[in-house]
Amino acid sequence: MNATSQIENPPVVPRRSFLAALLAAGTAGVGLLLAVPVVRFVLHPVLARTTEKSWSEVGNVSEFQSPTAPVKKLVQIEQLDGWRRTVLQKPVYVVKDSSGQITVLSAVCTHLGCTVPWVEEQKKFICPCHKGMFSLDGKLLSGPPPRNMDVLPMRVENGVVKIQYQFFRQLIPNKEVIA
Amino acid sequence: MHKPPSRVDGNKLDGDKQSVAGRLVRWNEQRTGLNSLLRYALDEPIPGGAKLAYVFGSALLFLFISQVVTGVFLAMYYVPSADHAHTTVAYIAKEVSAGSFLRSIHAYGSSAIVIVLLLHLIQTFTYGSYKGRRELLWMAGCILMALMLGMAFTGYLLPWDQKAYFATTVGTNILSEVPLIGNALKSLLRGGTEMGTLTLSRFFVLHVFLIPGLIFLFVAQHIYLFRKAGAAGPATSDPENAGLPSERFYPKQLIMDMGFALLIIVVLGLFAWHSPTSLGPRADPSETAFLPRPEWYYIPVFQYLKYWTPSTAVIGILVIPGIIGLLLVGLPFFDRTLERRPWKRPISVGMFAAIFLALGFFGIQSHREDANNPGVATQIQKQKQQEEEFMKQPFQPESVVAGGAAAATASLDGSAAQGQKLFVDQSCNACHGDAGVGGGVGPKLIGVGKKYDAQKLESLMKSPSAAMTAGGMPAVDLKPDEMKALIAYVESL
Repeated sequence: MNATSQIENPPVVPRRSFLAALLAAGTAGVGLLLAVPVVRFVLHPVLARTTEKSWSEVGNVSEFQSPTAPVKKLVQIEQLDGWRRTVLQKPVYVVKDSSGQITVLSAVCTHLGCTVPWVEEQKKFICPCHKGMFSLDGKLLSGPPPRNMDVLPMRVENGVVKIQYQFFRQLIPNKEVIA
Repeated sequence: MHKPPSRVDGNKLDGDKQSVAGRLVRWNEQRTGLNSLLRYALDEPIPGGAKLAYVFGSALLFLFISQVVTGVFLAMYYVPSADHAHTTVAYIAKEVSAGSFLRSIHAYGSSAIVIVLLLHLIQTFTYGSYKGRRELLWMAGCILMALMLGMAFTGYLLPWDQKAYFATTVGTNILSEVPLIGNALKSLLRGGTEMGTLTLSRFFVLHVFLIPGLIFLFVAQHIYLFRKAGAAGPATSDPENAGLPSERFYPKQLIMDMGFALLIIVVLGLFAWHSPTSLGPRADPSETAFLPRPEWYYIPVFQYLKYWTPSTAVIGILVIPGIIGLLLVGLPFFDRTLERRPWKRPISVGMFAAIFLALGFFGIQSHREDANNPGVATQIQKQKQQEEEFMKQPFQPESVVAGGAAAATASLDGSAAQGQKLFVDQSCNACHGDAGVGGGVGPKLIGVGKKYDAQKLESLMKSPSAAMTAGGMPAVDLKPDEMKALIAYVESL
């Protein structure tokens, strides 16, 4: 049979190679095209902002008029971690100095991380854990803490005080942001 | 010293033996045999030549691989827990770059598999390709079909939206109709009597590990048995010895197969691009009005099951499907003649067509019943709207309250609640963590109440041990009732 003999002999090499190249190129092309969404999908957390800390509202400027005592505020901190949003509440102190400059202090003691209360009778921040003492503007007065109270990045938007809450490394003389 | 054997006596291969590429191919071939394997695959003889009718098997393999690839990537963001599943799927669909596209390819891919599976079944059935020592090949195919339907069923629950939850509730309820062991089976599949997070875990494991593992196994067997028996060729030929001139798989059949695969992926891509799979609102088990409807390919079965009352259910869900399943799986044993032409096999072809007609009828009937019942039509329309509205809303991340302290407060009695306030005011939480979960500095306090009694705790707090002092623990100076409250709280941890 003529057809059989034709099939028994393998097709000539150039035709096979050409088709093979065509198929390989086609497959590679489609594969590359499909790889685009896959790569974008995988790289999403790297390219988009999926973990971020936003500015937290502290309160209206009008609430912070007293230059003699700090105002304690609990701020809501939202941290976005992929599909989770962690909400933390952290205490901060808003202090206004004689020149009208507003400063926001983290209430975390620079020694071992206790929350420092304002003691009105002594006009000082006194840490309950190891008696570290700080002045109204957060300057270290005495005790084991290695540095002043930490100042948080602050800005005023439309009369609203906003901060970026940060955590600082304890027990070292220089301020170092850890989160 | 004996003379080492010559190194050029390897397999004879194509290509220029002097060129780098040729030497590389030979090097690889001598170690892996990959070239011979590829040659064996491409040189598969097809009696009667290549045909478009033969493309469905390889298309199924292609679709399965596509499902595996997209599935693996989806798992990069998915969490199989009733708490997070819906949020993570919404995150994939609404936030992640190309997430909606990949999810849609995966979801529409399941429909494509069902369609191509039916085409493959119809083709091999009408061509009588199960004949001629192909019983095991056919049975492996039947098992693969069951496994694929299992994949569709288990995958449907994973997004944990309303339709997924309620459709699976109905789907798993069918099991309880099985006599004697029905409820035990249902509980086994659900991981309890009710649907819940354990059901989701089980379905996830089935969908991602167990069933795919079995599919890989049976695909390998199916392909092996197919090559062992050889391609059957056209329906007019003898199934054991076609006696026709054969054509090699490569290039014509391969081009047809690849062309069809390309068509499938283009169609899937267009669907995914233009109408992405939607996600409904999160499953709410307390919702009573929700009308579950399965995916389109399960609608005929869904409708069929409506016709059975509790007293006749055994016939409907066990006897009839059992007989049909047995007829299908055992087909090569019942239909033993070597006659392959469909018009010469009226009984088997007639039964096969009758089953398909019945399924089609049930599908149309289901659609008509839903459309003709105003209450049902309105509710289904409402569900569709709710789904569209949910898709329009921006992604809502899952809110987590740090430390879970708020949740713990609710269950505390008066004294311990006061103690919790002191725990925060005295900055105990700074070192021991919120709710005593432990922090960087101090040890965790959870369970400390079981280790020490109230008296011991009080003395330790008033005068800490040397080790505690070294760790930074100050002496606690409180009024007696405050100390009592603080200890009550610490003991509650």
